[in-house]
Amino acid sequence: MKIAVCIKQVPDSWAEKKMVDGLLDRVNVDAVLNDLDEYAIEEAMRIVEAHGGNDEGGPHTITVISMGPERASESIRKALSMGANGGILICDVALAGADALTTSKVLSTVISQGEFDLIICGTESTDARMSVVPAMIAERLGCAQLTYASAVTVDPSAKKVAITRVTETGVEEMFGEFPVVVSVVEKINEPRYPSFKGIMAAKKKTIETMNVASLGISIEGQWSVVVDASLRPARAAGVIITDDGTAGDQIVAFLVEKKLI
Amino acid sequence: MSNVLILADFIGAKLSRTTAELATAAARIAEVTAVVLAPVGKGSEYAAAVSHGPITNILVVESDSFTTHGVAASADVLNQIITTKAPRAVLIASHAFGKEVAGRVAVKSNSGIITDAVDISADLIATQLVFGGSTAVHSKISHGVPIITVRPNSITPDLREVHPIIETLIMEIGESAKKSVVTSVQPPEEGGRPELTEADIVVSGGRGTNGDFTAVEAFADSLGAAVGASRAATDAGWYPHSHQVGQTGKTVSPQLYVACGISGAIQHRAGMQTSKAILVINKDPEAPIFEIADFGVVGDLFSVLPKATEGINARKA
Ligand SMILES: Cc1cc2nc3c(=O)[nH]c(=O)nc-3n(C[C@H](O)[C@H](O)[C@H](O)COP(=O)(O)OP(=O)(O)OC[C@H]3O[C@@H](n4cnc5c(N)ncnc54)[C@H](O)[C@@H]3O)c2cc1C
Ligand SMILES: Nc1ncnc2c1ncn2[C@@H]1O[C@H](COP(=O)(O)O)[C@@H](O)[C@H]1O
Repeated sequence: MKIAVCIKQVPDSWAEKKMVDGLLDRVNVDAVLNDLDEYAIEEAMRIVEAHGGNDEGGPHTITVISMGPERASESIRKALSMGANGGILICDVALAGADALTTSKVLSTVISQGEFDLIICGTESTDARMSVVPAMIAERLGCAQLTYASAVTVDPSAKKVAITRVTETGVEEMFGEFPVVVSVVEKINEPRYPSFKGIMAAKKKTIETMNVASLGISIEGQWSVVVDASLRPARAAGVIITDDGTAGDQIVAFLVEKKLI
Repeated sequence: MSNVLILADFIGAKLSRTTAELATAAARIAEVTAVVLAPVGKGSEYAAAVSHGPITNILVVESDSFTTHGVAASADVLNQIITTKAPRAVLIASHAFGKEVAGRVAVKSNSGIITDAVDISADLIATQLVFGGSTAVHSKISHGVPIITVRPNSITPDLREVHPIIETLIMEIGESAKKSVVTSVQPPEEGGRPELTEADIVVSGGRGTNGDFTAVEAFADSLGAAVGASRAATDAGWYPHSHQVGQTGKTVSPQLYVACGISGAIQHRAGMQTSKAILVINKDPEAPIFEIADFGVVGDLFSVLPKATEGINARKA
């Protein structure tokens, strides 16, 4: 079974973010592995561990794929130290500021060239916050889409993946046959910390670098453009009181003032 | 004739209020056609529910694939309609399902996509709020049919009653849209309270409730509000996951958000920061949630909430 995990390096969610020329300033903030993608890496590990592991030369491999600047290799390295076998970084100036359409095109090209059986994503990148890339990859590959999974079961011999998901309409059970794109929610597992051994082993693993030309695709440019971005007026400082027994009444007065009751 | 498509937003069999909000935004651009995707035999019932908002036409497609094959089947049909109707734009509700449908349609139609818009102008410029609502971004789509998802509760709906012209379309759903198969759906428990994303007021409880949501629920009911929860509360099993507000839960932007016993972690704020007004009740004056409060009470939720509830109920009596 060949598993691909799509991970993104994002600005640290605690860092102050700002826009420069209509794009998120990614240069001057700390970059980290999108924390929601750690669950995807962990789930890939658990899936192979349930089927004999991913030792070199064995039947199961995990490849981490990331599109991003050169330093995104740090995030790939982290995934490798958690136990993934290898990584692919797609890095190209033409991809700077890429939107979801371009991202999904690049990722699905790498995935189809690598003939992966199972593609695991996080549910959202904490910077773009679109939650569309996994669905777009499935659309481009014309394969099954099993998103927002809170439990995943894989049967490698039957080439089947079954998931449980919680949606607006209730709890759903779904399945699909390889190749399958899965996205996992953060409740699915507890990501492991890389062990010392894992960190040492990761240093010897290979990260293959690709660009638009080596992928053999063309980038059509932007599908959407930012017209402008502006700071909104800061929220007026609120009124903070300490309860002296009258807070209930003061809340009622606040609600009346806001015309909410 | 120029038109804008909206995807009528059904949660299960129930039409959501977001549909009228989509129609209101769409009507600024051109005449509005609502697409209704219904299970076999339910088309007229579903279409009849789409009776409020500036909608001129309804296109109904019936198929059980919408339930069995989910997002992919809905995207397939919506794209076929786009191909025949050549709309000026397509507006869809911005929730997990709506965004995925939009994403797939954007790929199929080679069109640009904007998600989580809080406003759209007549010339199709979308407004998004980023970085916790501190920055407004205006953007437009430069390629294809603009596919825009609109965040529930962001646009004041025009709720006029209408009698749109209803047309039923027969459509084949492509094989590649049938690759994922839903084998069972267990409906959520009916709470009787409004939907989180649609509610005018949301009252949420966190770890500070210590598992006892009685005071939170009573306060919510006095206001006709929906009940939300922090991840600490859903992880502990105190409240269902479907009520989680935040980055990995729901994004809400009600008229009023009430945070009770919630510290205000960045992941929680990501789901409620664009609420119009924020009321906070927390024992710890240092809790970061106070930074975004319009009105904050440093106090014990178990004594403050019941008194506020009593006060509200007394006014109603
Ligand atoms: C990948 C990831 C995704 C996440 N997604 C989400 C998400 O979607 N939504 C979310 O909410 N969190 C999310 N979190 C978790 C988030 O980081 C916080 O851990 C969580 O929001 C904390 O919940 P809380 O505020 O209820 O609990 P705490 O942080 O423990 O705060 C409890 C508060 O209650 C107050 N309190 C205690 N007793 C009382 C009382 N009697 N009366 C009044 N106040 C009282 C305390 O002073 C404290 O401020 C996510 C975390 C990660 C890593
Ligand atoms: N540049 C990228 N490289 C690799 N994976 C990505 C990238 N962008 C998004 N993804 C994957 O798609 C998921 C959803 O991202 P998004 O649609 O941007 O919110 C993420 O959790 C990742 O798994």
